[in-house]
Amino acid sequence: MKKTGFKIVEDLPSADFIFDAFGDDLEELFKNCAGACFFAMTDPETVAPVIGYDIDLTGETLDDLLYNFMAELIYLKDSENIFCSRFEIKISGDHKSLKGVVRGEPIDYNKHTIKTDVKAATYHDLHVREENGRYSVRMILDL
Amino acid sequence: MEPSKIADYIWEIPRDFKAGMRVTARVIASDSLWAGMDEGVINQITNVACLPGIVGHAWCMPDGHWGYGFPIGGVAAFDTEVGIISPGGIGFDINCGVRMIKTDLTIDEVLPKQKQLIDTLFSNIPAGVGKSGFVRLNRPEFEKLLISGAAWCLSNGYAWDSDLDHIEQKGKLPDADPSAVSERAYKRGLSQIGTLGSGNHYLEIQSVKFEDDCDRETAGLLGIKAEGQVVIMVHCGSRGFGHQIGTDYLQSFGAAMKKYGIQTNDRELACAPINSPEGKSYYGAMACAANSAFANRQVITDGIRKSFSQVIGKPPERMGMHLVYDVAHNIAKFEDYIIDGKSKKLLVHRKGATRAFGPGNPNVAEAFRKTGQPVLVGGSMQTGSYLLVGTKKAEELTFGSTLHGAGRVMSRAQAKKRVRGSDLQRTMEQEGILVRAASFAGLAEEAGFAYKNVSEVVNVVNAVGISRKVARLLPIANIKG
Repeated sequence: MKKTGFKIVEDLPSADFIFDAFGDDLEELFKNCAGACFFAMTDPETVAPVIGYDIDLTGETLDDLLYNFMAELIYLKDSENIFCSRFEIKISGDHKSLKGVVRGEPIDYNKHTIKTDVKAATYHDLHVREENGRYSVRMILDL
Repeated sequence: MEPSKIADYIWEIPRDFKAGMRVTARVIASDSLWAGMDEGVINQITNVACLPGIVGHAWCMPDGHWGYGFPIGGVAAFDTEVGIISPGGIGFDINCGVRMIKTDLTIDEVLPKQKQLIDTLFSNIPAGVGKSGFVRLNRPEFEKLLISGAAWCLSNGYAWDSDLDHIEQKGKLPDADPSAVSERAYKRGLSQIGTLGSGNHYLEIQSVKFEDDCDRETAGLLGIKAEGQVVIMVHCGSRGFGHQIGTDYLQSFGAAMKKYGIQTNDRELACAPINSPEGKSYYGAMACAANSAFANRQVITDGIRKSFSQVIGKPPERMGMHLVYDVAHNIAKFEDYIIDGKSKKLLVHRKGATRAFGPGNPNVAEAFRKTGQPVLVGGSMQTGSYLLVGTKKAEELTFGSTLHGAGRVMSRAQAKKRVRGSDLQRTMEQEGILVRAASFAGLAEEAGFAYKNVSEVVNVVNAVGISRKVARLLPIANIKG
């Protein structure tokens, strides 16, 4: 993950995790959002991408697709009890579907940095923006 | 028109403040709390005031702060015939709540065993992201738990007979519908009963302190007899099970809004008519999550009783470890109110707000008919918490609602910049508060300075009369998830 991939928004008195993510293409934007999500819970550098989980999602709009992607990652975290650190995804040309593999490993308190659980992604003011070929989005995760 | 103060501690935002407001919005706050309220609160509570079928005013409590959909501290009641139900008015952590267990122990008896107690509790009660509980459930048994709530715990040896009367609505919302819950929610939640979770969730050993304006007689009736008496407070909710239900319905309500021609200012306020199949389905699923949260806190209570027994060397019954009360502060409930002189059934959404029924209310257990229902206010882990009781005034003014905590003033990222978790742990130990945390980073996020002054916030609801102050509870030891 590039250092500039996401930035935590600090100046709002929120109990939630708010970040701005960026990407030169949509896949990069989505990966950076995923990285931010797991950064809230752990240090992704401590998570080895040893187990892969196939994902195949749809969304009516690009915003929906991003929301559904984040919801899928949060679901996998609890249902498989894993942290993820690598995201290999391909978004369809019409921006309505996404396929790929996310990779991580079982949560291990002896190995991973433990931060705060992410309960859910929110739709609050969720709009993927494109400016001069660069994508950005602000997202709020409920902690 | 701009917001204005219409009475002591009550600020009103008129309907012409924002296009589409169906009712006025009201914020309960002192002058200084009002001055410090962030813009998000005003924006969000006025969005709530635009929702179909809203009755009276959209309220925000003095601990209100920036949320998503509703602000935290938001209360709104909807007409059951034309109104809506919204997951954004409840929160993802359905039936997040607080429970308080008393003991007959004094702080002098507990302090010599303070470290042993908190270490035992920390090993007996799973806390933090990714932790599973000790209760092994198969799917049919989990469904029974979802329908019965705390009563399931009584049948399975995790509760005392007397506990159920000391839980809001006896620990069971009616009309829970396990068929309205997705497979994903089951998969996420099955192994998490009896776990504390993370974020601002905690388990705290506290000692009682009576401030001058505390009602000591009421305290006595609730089993709180003396200063220095030791109690335990637990703050947690429905874990991944509830979070997934919130997510599922938020996703599916987009289509329902199109079907019913509903528009909202924020997608996080996605909703469906209460009487629609979609609205009923969400209510049934939400009730399952609410019941799972009551059961979750009950199983944790069993762990607390066993841990105390292990360390103190007496059975929990001989230490008087009775439940004082258990409140839900992220929930929607059907309640009756007098509107325009007529009794009307409303669906009251409380997101970061607590029910505060007063004396004589038939919907609280017999034990509280004289006092009003206990209200448990979880403050920060450094500054303490409060035991209050509900009032008639709350039923008349705020749909029987009051505050739920201190309310944040600072983001988690800012808090972490100001203090390191390990330093905060040391400082708190010097203050006499032992802390065990699943995450040091998470600990720093919960530092006292990240919150409003809990005493100031409580003094406001006490002065407005929507709750009465009974006792302050000072932390001795804390487990942070």
